[in-house]
Amino acid sequence: MKRADRSRLPEVGASPSFKFPPIIKQRLSNGLAVWCIEEPALPLISFLLIVPAGSASDPDALPGLASLTGEMLDEGSGSHSAIEVHEAFARLGTHLDIEVAADVTLIGVTVLSRFSGRGLSLLVDCVVRPSLREDDLERVRQLRLNRLAQLRDLAPAVADRAFMQTLYGRHPYGHLAIGTELALQKMTRADVMAFHAAAYVAARATLVAVGDVKADALLQIVHDAFGGWTREEGEGPTVEFDAALSTPATMSDRRLAVVHRPKAAQSELRVGHVGVSRSTPDYVPLVVLNMVLGGQFVSRVNLKLREEKGYTYGARTSFDFRRGPGPFLLQTSVQTAVTADAIQDAFSELSGIRSDRPATEGELELAKSALTMGYARNFETSDQLARALAQLILYDLPDAYYDSFPGQVQRVDTSSVARVASTYLQPDRMLTLVVGDRDVLESSLGSIGAGEPMVLAPG
Amino acid sequence: MEIPYAQHFLDNGLRVIVHESRSLPIVAVNLWYHVGSKNEQPGRTGFAHLFEHLMFEGSEHYDRGYFHPLQEAGAALNGSTNADRTNYWEVVPTSAVELALWMESDRMGYLLPALTREKFENQRDVVLNERRQNYENRPYGMAGMALMEALYPTDHPYHWLTIGAPEDLRAATLDDVQAFFRRYYHPRNASLVIAGDIGSDDGLALAQKYFDEIPPGPLVGGVAADARLTGEIRLLLEDRVELPRLYLAWHSPAMFGPGDAEMDLVADLLANGKSSRLYEVLVYARRIATDVSAIQNSREMSGVCQITATATPGHTLLELYEVIQAEIDRFLRDSATEDEIERGLAQAEAHFMSRLQTLGGFGGKSDQLNAYAVFLDDPGYLPRDLDRYRGATPATLRAAARQVFGTEGRVVLSVVPLGRTELAIPGSAVVEVS
Repeated sequence: MKRADRSRLPEVGASPSFKFPPIIKQRLSNGLAVWCIEEPALPLISFLLIVPAGSASDPDALPGLASLTGEMLDEGSGSHSAIEVHEAFARLGTHLDIEVAADVTLIGVTVLSRFSGRGLSLLVDCVVRPSLREDDLERVRQLRLNRLAQLRDLAPAVADRAFMQTLYGRHPYGHLAIGTELALQKMTRADVMAFHAAAYVAARATLVAVGDVKADALLQIVHDAFGGWTREEGEGPTVEFDAALSTPATMSDRRLAVVHRPKAAQSELRVGHVGVSRSTPDYVPLVVLNMVLGGQFVSRVNLKLREEKGYTYGARTSFDFRRGPGPFLLQTSVQTAVTADAIQDAFSELSGIRSDRPATEGELELAKSALTMGYARNFETSDQLARALAQLILYDLPDAYYDSFPGQVQRVDTSSVARVASTYLQPDRMLTLVVGDRDVLESSLGSIGAGEPMVLAPG
Repeated sequence: MEIPYAQHFLDNGLRVIVHESRSLPIVAVNLWYHVGSKNEQPGRTGFAHLFEHLMFEGSEHYDRGYFHPLQEAGAALNGSTNADRTNYWEVVPTSAVELALWMESDRMGYLLPALTREKFENQRDVVLNERRQNYENRPYGMAGMALMEALYPTDHPYHWLTIGAPEDLRAATLDDVQAFFRRYYHPRNASLVIAGDIGSDDGLALAQKYFDEIPPGPLVGGVAADARLTGEIRLLLEDRVELPRLYLAWHSPAMFGPGDAEMDLVADLLANGKSSRLYEVLVYARRIATDVSAIQNSREMSGVCQITATATPGHTLLELYEVIQAEIDRFLRDSATEDEIERGLAQAEAHFMSRLQTLGGFGGKSDQLNAYAVFLDDPGYLPRDLDRYRGATPATLRAAARQVFGTEGRVVLSVVPLGRTELAIPGSAVVEVS
């Protein structure tokens, strides 16, 4: 029997080219933009409505209002009760997906092609004519209060909240979308109605449709469904769409914060600082830098903390690119006994890549190939394509963005990665946040140079 | 709805399935080994999963981490272990399919020469941390363990979870690893799917090129064991949680067995989503629960049907228990309406479609072909799988539900905040899991 040549790995040829499908853009007279990708081969259709206001547009006194408003959308519409709305979606084998992030509210529904008209009309009812009834609001408020209570048990959720709060303070990114118990208790039906009226404005929104759909036919359906959505901006309540663009205060040195979690089996760690917004001209080299540092399994941080040290199940870094300056952070969960060592290793990786251990040619090639060669698999499903369009809309990117991205990545070199590492990583001004057993950690954390430990209240 | 494929068996017994789909320049490679935690022995639990980790740490001809060359080629890759099977997959650009097959075949044929004590001990630490992160340090994280231990006797292969017991993981030796590999990791106990931008002849030729040389291993027989509960077992677990949660669990039909699809539909209409019966009564109308869900978790030897509900502050788990029992009784009496069945079918169909949108990864077309191949010896089972659901009637749903809910045997687990045992179902025995 012939044996395979195992003296070396097979050559991998050039990556086959991938072309993002054409985007057909139309607009209704009320200002609603309608973007469409015709992909008759897909078995499902995804509709996604992009409303460019999220938790960063929450009023100062009411963190969580955008998210509560989003959650109320499918809790009754027109004359239909919440249960009737849920049943109507269930009859199509689907449900309404509502995602409220810092910069955006995404409302989506994915249905079998034969249900496209009914799916879209249900989505429209929820978005344009939600009932927002008092009794439903009370019920949803209680559910959210309970969810907030449950999040106090979940170390990663506690860490995310404390990290953003400590890092951003009163900046619109300083609270998570779900908000706070205090604010949730205060919110009234009038607040929700006002936010809905101000943020859900046709002229600011975009409807995306991807799948077995024809753009002309779609426009007619959308016109019939959304034509009555006519409230103009400037009438009545307002929201701040660009609140997140303000500059947050930065720290002048390292800080260390601990949330006590008695008898925790692991310490949940967040290490980072305020980063840079999506509109930075250095976006692409930063993405490449992150791949080397902590963006994939074979990145430095995971290889060190998981594969070399066995401290954790996994560790990663990310620049959380947003419309405003989102955070850069390293996140992991490590065995309690090695917490201080893991933090020091993290510091060492974050400092090393911008000073004595810059990204090498080999690391750069690995990162660039990983970002470009398998690129096509990011665009397999109707939902992936719809979300890709949402990125273009949210960050005002050109239509050719996805076709040009691999080429842009290929042009990044070691000097540009070194430059963005030293510009955008700030190891001397980092916040280290630990959710863990303070009684065990106290003695070791004082001496690692992360700053004087400051104890935060849980939740 | 079907997934076209070509199937061929290599001389060494390896099943090779190729599905051609040219819409994107990518290929999914998906390899199943018919081994999971059910093939472990008491005192040596967690082994199949720990082994899965070692499969990424290098083989004789590429003795370094497997992620590097594959991620460098633009691949996404991962693996997973459950009670019944272990899978490994890569999604690669078309030009890297040979690389993926080279590597999969090298770790199938030549893992042991590269396996060192150092790798073994390091990955054991990683797994112990995985256990801390996903079980010990997570609210309600130990409930699954308590349920399985109560549902199945100590020597039954479903008695333990895939993650295993820490003392067993620490007791595992390099000899165990080698014996495990020789017994289960070979062509006769594996099934390979290649799906995407590749023709069936090319796919098969590449499979032959890299896998033909690997010798067949010993035939692996099925595992058989029996489990029956004679009465209701009430258990209590205190945990670091804010709200008490009730778990009800019954033995139920095995995967693809009689009543399995019916129980899937019953679980959905009882407690899947906001239009389900239990959501409407517990969360929407009476507001005594914050969430409720139900699942027919079917596996090769037997299934578990489970209902889970979390009480709102001020309410006990007994109140939830009584409402759930009343809804079950009503279902056993009246069964489902035609409208509920129609909804259930729409959801099932959408669920199938959504899994078939991707070629690779967990739950994509390649994984689905392998599931049908390994568990049913029929990669083309998809249309009949759907028919199982389409054939449902109020009478068949009731019959299936009677088989499961109509027995005395069940496990009732209360997970309550530390020190709040009064919230539990009365008469529950404290259970120890670690």
